[in-house]
Amino acid sequence: MGDHHHGPAKGLSRWLFATNHKDIGTMYLWFSFAMFLVGGAFAMIIRAELFQPGMQLIRPEFFNQMTTMHGLIMVFGAIMPAFVGLANWMIPMMIGAPDMALPRMNNWSFWILPPAFLLLLATMFMEGGGPAFGWTFYAPLSTTYAPPSVTFFIFGVHILGLSSIMGSINIVATVMNLRAPGMTYMKMPLFVWTWFITAYLLIAVMPVLAGAVTMMLMDIHFGTSFFSAAGGGDPVLFQHVFWFFGHPEVYIIILPAFGVVSQIIPAFARKPLFGYDSMVYATASIAFLSFIVWAHHMYTVGMPIAGELFFMYATMLIAVPTGVKVFNWITTMWRGAMTFETPMLFCIGFVVLFTIGGFTGLMLSIAPSDFQYHDSYFVVAHFHYVMVAGAVFSMTAAVYYWLPKWCGKMYNETMGKTHFWISFIGFNVTFFPQHFVGLAGMPRRIPDYALQFADFNMMSSIGAFIYGASQLLFLYNVIATIVGGKPVSDEKVWEGAEGLEWTVPTPAPFHTFSTPPQVR
Amino acid sequence: MATQDTAAHEEYYVPEKSGMAISATIGLVTSIFGAANVLNDMTFGEPGAESSSWSILIAGLFWFIATLFVWFRSTIRENLAGMNSGQLKKSYVLGMFWFIFSEVMFFFAFFGALFYVRVLVGPWLAGEGDAGAMNHLLWSGFEFDWPMKQTPQEAVGGVAGQVIANNGEFVSPGTSMAFSEVSAWYKWLPLWNTIILLSSSVTVHIAHLGLLKGDRKQFNLWLGITVTLALIFLYIQYVEYYEAYAHFGLTLNSGIYGSTFFMLTGFHGFHVAMGMTMLLIQLIRSVRHGHFTSDDHFGFEASSWYWHFVDVVWVGLFLFVYIL
Amino acid sequence: MLRKARSVFWLAMFPVILLLSGSLSPVWADEKADRRYQVNMEPGVTAVGADIFSLHMLIFWICVVIGIVVFGVMFYSIYAHRKSRGVTPATFHESTKVEIAWTVVPFLILLGMAVPATSTLIDVYDTEDAEIDILVTGYQWKWKYEYLQDNGENVSFFSNLKTSQEEIYNTDDKGQFYLLAVDEPLVIPVDTKVRFLVTAYDVIHSMWVPELAVKKDAIPGFINETWTRAEKTGIYRGQCAELCGKDHGFMPVVVNVVERDEYDAWLADKQAQAAEIAALMEQTFTMDDLMARGQDVYNRACLACHGANGEGGVGKAIAGSAIAMGPIDGHFDIVINGSRANAAMQAFGGQLNDVDMAAVLTFQRNAFGNNMGEMVQPIDVYNYKQGQ
Ligand code: HEA
Ligand code: HEA
Ligand code: HEC
Ligand code: CUA
Ligand SMILES: [Cu+2]
Repeated sequence: MGDHHHGPAKGLSRWLFATNHKDIGTMYLWFSFAMFLVGGAFAMIIRAELFQPGMQLIRPEFFNQMTTMHGLIMVFGAIMPAFVGLANWMIPMMIGAPDMALPRMNNWSFWILPPAFLLLLATMFMEGGGPAFGWTFYAPLSTTYAPPSVTFFIFGVHILGLSSIMGSINIVATVMNLRAPGMTYMKMPLFVWTWFITAYLLIAVMPVLAGAVTMMLMDIHFGTSFFSAAGGGDPVLFQHVFWFFGHPEVYIIILPAFGVVSQIIPAFARKPLFGYDSMVYATASIAFLSFIVWAHHMYTVGMPIAGELFFMYATMLIAVPTGVKVFNWITTMWRGAMTFETPMLFCIGFVVLFTIGGFTGLMLSIAPSDFQYHDSYFVVAHFHYVMVAGAVFSMTAAVYYWLPKWCGKMYNETMGKTHFWISFIGFNVTFFPQHFVGLAGMPRRIPDYALQFADFNMMSSIGAFIYGASQLLFLYNVIATIVGGKPVSDEKVWEGAEGLEWTVPTPAPFHTFSTPPQVR
Repeated sequence: MATQDTAAHEEYYVPEKSGMAISATIGLVTSIFGAANVLNDMTFGEPGAESSSWSILIAGLFWFIATLFVWFRSTIRENLAGMNSGQLKKSYVLGMFWFIFSEVMFFFAFFGALFYVRVLVGPWLAGEGDAGAMNHLLWSGFEFDWPMKQTPQEAVGGVAGQVIANNGEFVSPGTSMAFSEVSAWYKWLPLWNTIILLSSSVTVHIAHLGLLKGDRKQFNLWLGITVTLALIFLYIQYVEYYEAYAHFGLTLNSGIYGSTFFMLTGFHGFHVAMGMTMLLIQLIRSVRHGHFTSDDHFGFEASSWYWHFVDVVWVGLFLFVYIL
Repeated sequence: MLRKARSVFWLAMFPVILLLSGSLSPVWADEKADRRYQVNMEPGVTAVGADIFSLHMLIFWICVVIGIVVFGVMFYSIYAHRKSRGVTPATFHESTKVEIAWTVVPFLILLGMAVPATSTLIDVYDTEDAEIDILVTGYQWKWKYEYLQDNGENVSFFSNLKTSQEEIYNTDDKGQFYLLAVDEPLVIPVDTKVRFLVTAYDVIHSMWVPELAVKKDAIPGFINETWTRAEKTGIYRGQCAELCGKDHGFMPVVVNVVERDEYDAWLADKQAQAAEIAALMEQTFTMDDLMARGQDVYNRACLACHGANGEGGVGKAIAGSAIAMGPIDGHFDIVINGSRANAAMQAFGGQLNDVDMAAVLTFQRNAFGNNMGEMVQPIDVYNYKQGQ
């Protein structure tokens, strides 16, 4: 099959027709960052409206669209594609593969994403406005009471699902089939492991989401009664199907983040990861448990008490494997020789803030207490601790960590550290007070609130603007690095970094391995 | 750690760049856009208004299918030209396997919905069970059985009598598809369909055996039989649907019974049609072009796995939708 | 290095200081927001609420302790095991013993939490033996309360947001219970077990009153049960807690807990009012009466969607509307039966009594420049409904 050691094609076709995992990974990463800015801009609108009591800038119906779009875009447009992009870049390099297993499908998985999001964003300009029923789109608000644009939303979700499924199949095939000789399963870097398991989660639950939106489609257009009691259905059925997808989804978001942190902490502690085996088992247990806890989002829907208890116990159990992970990270730091470059700072920030988010998660899992927390800002605080300080922080750490390997240039460390500290502070100022207002009784998804919540909300908005602005610093730093950063040429950019990706030249060549490396 | 070591390993397969994905994206997005507009015209539009939604949908679908055709053709050609390494073939196998698994999960959502409404929701609506003790206040007179003889809406005398907002009219079927409703077993189409589909799984296996021992005639014959059986299945299902609408009063509006019945059997039918098309293509490849050898016939194998999957789903359907 | 660390520390402490200074200075609190700086859950005025509160605090403190230990170890390590101190890294990477320990210990801690959680949950679910049953129905965007006890004391009324649009849109000062005040609160007696049967008319809502420890989703077509027993009189305010569309933020739940005799008097009064309405139905009203009453009803029930000047919004414009200025039967139909095309326009036939219905129809036909000069009397409404 001839000589394949050609470089990238020139011009637009390099991207449009890409089959190279690095190019596709790059496109995923840029796309997700763009979506992060869009979703973040929506969050800024939310926070600006909530700056003071009273309706100032926007109307309630638009506020609901903002909440909905913010949640959807952050989850499906920013975080998931970001980690898929990372997987595309790193998995082949980490296991000694030449590329992803199914490169053309890989290209397709990426290219259906941008139009899907364009479709989703376009709904906001349609008659009746865009989706305004929350990212959880509970029926019947999302069926009988939805604007016509919901049809586009539904098909958009179908496409996103298709993309995720194909992307995951690719990852599974790559990991199972393209490991270099000697790279046994229990030698795979943890990032590969967490993604391997995440991919299974995705293959298992994305079709269920597709099923949920399909039922909506039928209820809206064809007179079925899945979610209407008048025909013998049940609006709560929607919630069961949605959360059967939705809970694993939140671990889909966090497992790759766990993987990233497990790569970076050992590198800067200059000490091997503690408890590799238990990390793998813990990841698998979390994934397994994630299938049997979904109804902890539904404690108040009026489930029979037996169901309530089952879901409560199962949910609490997740603290055990997650704890194992946290303890392993800390023991990895223990008696290492640590330095605190930007990736490490973000990882430490991750460990602290994610654990806080996990603690609030545990509080939420206690069904009787959840009657007071549910659908309040306490929940909003919980999930931003795990998703922003969890997924986004780890993603940021990953970019700083691997950027020199990707482009052969070093980012500006001072700027990186500044970015970390502003983010860290801005983040906490934004979301810590939300615990307070939530406990004091402020419901989520409201465009206006009672006077007693005014001060903390103002604080939260100020924090959000600070945090948002710091992301621009990040963007600037990355672009400045790519355009004019200080070149690095060591294969090993970081003193303590381990793994196959650090054995290839820097920047990584277009085709990393044309013959499999031997792993010992 | 490992260094690059070129010891006697097979070279990796590195693909060419390809425009297929972009083309498929254009087709897919166009058809989706068209389909959404078609549906919205139907539900929210002015009746009789001119629109180009259908044209967009059809153009998109045409483009999409044409792209898939070219895509698969080039994949087949690459394989025939011996470009595919053993490793790549294994990737295809894994890909197909996990794709089928994702399909299983799709059906799982609908089966889950069926169990949930039958086991829990129905009794609740009738005022039974922990979570439904007071529901008789809303649906007084509703009694739950399956297949549903009367929707809650009908039990309270139609839309006007119901306490919740009107979100459609749900009229229970005159006759359901359950076995008990049909006088003679041999008139019961699902039974025939079960027999047909189960035997088609056997015939496709016989075809496979023929291929394995290099007997092309056996392969073509039995694969042909399989495709024919699939066609008969689809025809019978068409008749069944026709009966349901024309004589049984069983429609998508027939409450949750109608909803689950048509969604499960409908999606299954759609998958049968897909599987049949896949098998038909393999048949054409074999008859017209003499494709497949006894040790290299992934196209056929993938299609036959898919076919077995469709068959297994049917067994579940037969059990839970028709019999129990 | 240390200097830098110190300044970074203070930077990080900034939010904490901000919060502390806030919560420690009651002088800032003004009477409009008596619970400004409330940072924790309320035990509330019920036994269950107190249980939930102590459960909440228990788990909170367990988490705090675990947090201190875990982060303590980590920060010590960050301090002591840094390269700049010239340490050489150890190489250990597993220990079955500790790994088992930190799997088992958290598990035991969780067991310890599960026990009180289970017993509290069982309490919350015990809806037996309530003295009063109230059917609570969520509507877009108001609540309806119906008293069911003693069969047929059919007291039932809607409870709407009282806060004016001017306050919300900042053209007027915000009153004391901004967004938390209603025209007619739910009234229940103190020290009495009250069972709420919660349901909804259109979409899912959720009834939440933190101090009564009540949160239950209102699902259209299903009835959920929950209960409370308030031990102190007072007015308790909560909000709808499930996204239910545009005005989800504007549908408070207000419960007035009163002494038993006060409750009885209130109930008797309500029943008398119902009788009065029945009498009014037979009367004929003047245009002015109808317009005045109609304006009231309009502002309460229709304005949110049709606008203060009938200009429309979620709903179509009433000013110049073909229906409001067309044949009266069409107007009757859409208001009494709701719109078939858009479920947001509900069937008000069951929500407004015939007097209010007649008034609001008259109002819509004559206000906003729709000068039809036509009156609708309660008897017309009655006849139309009978004729259906
Ligand atoms: C990345 C995403 C992510 C992650 C990782 C988690 C993790 C967890 N979540 Fe969270 N959750 C969300 C995202 C996430 N969640 C989102 C998005 C929502 C809202 C959705 C919506 O409604 O819009 C939500 C809502 C949510 C609810 C519903 C709240 C409600 O609506 O009423 C609940 C309830 O049980 C819950 C629980 C948990 C638990 C128990 C964990 C556990 O996995 C946490 C485990 C971790 C720890 C416990 C910390 C570390 C452990 C130790 C240090 C060991 C020792 C500890 C002990 C023994 C206590 N979450
Ligand atoms: C991974 C997912 C993710 C991420 C990263 C974020 C990030 C943020 N989120 Fe949120 N959020 C969700 C997932 C996420 N969110 C979900 C699922 C919901 C629930 C939705 C629902 O209820 O249906 C939600 C809901 C939600 C709410 C509650 C809304 C409501 O209930 O009404 C709020 C309110 O404060 C909020 C705020 C923020 C803020 C301030 C950020 C910030 O971290 C964002 C920072 C990023 C930027 C700001 C972009 C970069 C900068 C620019 C574009 C430049 C312009 C800005 C300036 C110059 C200041 N989010
Ligand atoms: C929750 C929102 C909402 C409320 C509250 C509401 N309406 Fe409407 N209304 C609508 C919508 C939406 C329509 C458009 C219905 C359609 O398109 O068929 C409408 C249409 C109408 C029309 C027909 C207008 C036309 O020209 O087509 C009339 C008359 C009307 N409403 C009267 C009322 C009255 C009287 C009330 C109060 C008692 C009221 N509405 C309360 C949403 C509302
Ligand atoms: Cu009603 Cu939210
Ligand atoms: Cu969850």
